[in-house]
Amino acid sequence: MDLDALTGCLASSACLVTQTTSGFIIGMLLFLVAVGLTLIFGVLKVVNFSHGAFYMFGAYFAMTAYQFSGSFALAMLCGAAGTAILGLIFERVFMSRVYGADVLMQLLVCYAFVLIFDDVVRMIWGPEFKSMGMPAAFQVVPLFIAGGVVPPYYLLLIGVALAAAMILGLGLARTRIGKVIRAAAHNPGMVSALGINTGLIYGGVFALGGMLAGLAGALAAPVRSLTPGMGFSVLIESFIVTVIGGMGSILGALIGALLIGMIRSFGSLGFPLFTEGLMYLFMVIVLVSRPTGLFGKEVA
Amino acid sequence: MTELQAEQGAQALEVSHEAKTRRNRDALIALAVFVLLALLPAVFSSKLLLDFVIRCAAYGLFATSLNLLVGYTGLISFGHGMFFGLGAYGFGLMMQKTGVPVPVAFVATLAITFVVALVIGAICVRLKEIYFAFVTLAFQMLIHSTILSWVSLTGGDQGLRGGIPRPPFLGIDLSNQLHLYVASCALLVIGLFLMHRIAQSPFGYTLRMIRDNATRASFIGIDVWRAKLTIFVLAALFASTGGIIMALFVSGAYPEFAYWTISGEGIFINMLGGVTTFLGPMVGTVLLLILNDTVTRLTDYHGLVLGIVILFFAIGLRKGLMDFVVEWYAQRRNGDGERR
Repeated sequence: MDLDALTGCLASSACLVTQTTSGFIIGMLLFLVAVGLTLIFGVLKVVNFSHGAFYMFGAYFAMTAYQFSGSFALAMLCGAAGTAILGLIFERVFMSRVYGADVLMQLLVCYAFVLIFDDVVRMIWGPEFKSMGMPAAFQVVPLFIAGGVVPPYYLLLIGVALAAAMILGLGLARTRIGKVIRAAAHNPGMVSALGINTGLIYGGVFALGGMLAGLAGALAAPVRSLTPGMGFSVLIESFIVTVIGGMGSILGALIGALLIGMIRSFGSLGFPLFTEGLMYLFMVIVLVSRPTGLFGKEVA
Repeated sequence: MTELQAEQGAQALEVSHEAKTRRNRDALIALAVFVLLALLPAVFSSKLLLDFVIRCAAYGLFATSLNLLVGYTGLISFGHGMFFGLGAYGFGLMMQKTGVPVPVAFVATLAITFVVALVIGAICVRLKEIYFAFVTLAFQMLIHSTILSWVSLTGGDQGLRGGIPRPPFLGIDLSNQLHLYVASCALLVIGLFLMHRIAQSPFGYTLRMIRDNATRASFIGIDVWRAKLTIFVLAALFASTGGIIMALFVSGAYPEFAYWTISGEGIFINMLGGVTTFLGPMVGTVLLLILNDTVTRLTDYHGLVLGIVILFFAIGLRKGLMDFVVEWYAQRRNGDGERR
């Protein structure tokens, strides 16, 4: 434990800015993964245990696209679109077969795919750590805000994630498709009876969830190292986020992700050996005091 | 005493008598299996076979205890492997740091597991199925990351190295492979016997009722939370015993023992063998270990092959092997009766 470092940091504005930005980065990436998880759970009532694999694929797709084209925008697009297609195929071919089955089967199918996807990545890209490298456009002098160092790429990352959150929230609340998705989450039988193809909705939601995770992976690729199995720890953390925020709530995912981001960022100063533990501790406190999560409505 | 009461009394007596004969029969079967296993080295002197049986004992205890949760109570724990790891690390550390006799370390490790399982269980068993699965998984990851980061105690990602001292006690020398083999078989048979007694006891039937309809169980006065917590802790103790056998076998403990894939394998073993029979997980254990050994020998991409096999079972067959055996048996019996 190193409380002096924590209080020292809280007293200096430079350190405060740096740590808050890094908390935002962690939180925003987690949000993109967690919101897909929570969306898929809200509509399909399954927890996609292999969601971390989409994050991983997003990062690898982006890296490969960037190496071939040198275009950062194209890399992001490939990361997001590639995982969307992957999500659609995964849902239509495999997951849709176990909707009626019990949780055990759903977990097993996802478990199988965690193993398969990790090995597929090892086969194609190799088992060693990879890195995409920062695109040239962002290799500029970092900004100084109140004495704290903030790389411009971080601002882009936060901006993209916030934009995704707003588009998603508004899209679900205001558009016709959003209405249909919410209706399908509520009563799929009725929606289907009204002549709407629920299979398409399910596939679409899964693709959307996969795309968001893939986008997170693509955005993370320049700042994190890539390795097979990188998705799993992200999956666990984003699950903790959804537990804290409440399953099925987008706002909950956002708040939960930011809380976890800040805990990780500031916790690593004060409790370097117990940062992970802090996260779990926080989850336990929320679970015991509010079993449905901060913004959850359903009884957990 | 009215006639009705007398009749009930006689019935109760008869039931308890029947239960006693069944228990005696179970004990006899357990003893016979143990004697058979113990005589195995006299017939086959292959060291590989003995090693295989020891590993079966470790994983079998773990998987069967998981079935008490998954199959009997409907608690799908995805973090049961944490107790396997806890057993291995608890026992290994106790032997390395304190030098107490093996039985003392054994009991002390179970005591630690008891406390940890009680705390984690108290938080988890309230939760609904998918939450339960993931929160247990989260705790498993917490224990795993603690093992990785607490380098001074656990050796971090290197694991407990330098071997676990296994001083002889009561004439049993666990560093001798034959002694370890017999001890593992004894632990396995005793563990299976105890778990079977739990499953067949009134408490075991309470668990089945909670699995089928928890609301109803609580309406007729069963404390569901307490029953779930009890079986969670009991299952943890058996899983921990499996971990102890593993630590004795490899003479060490590694972070992989506490990694989530152990839990995943446990769930798959249950699926593979079938959760509707008591011995299903044991069959699953033997099959998975054979499969694992074969696959690792043939290819580097162990996860890919294992994943495809799991998919085949989960989407293709949707049942475990023992389920098919039971069904086939039932069908044959019915078929004989109904034959025109």
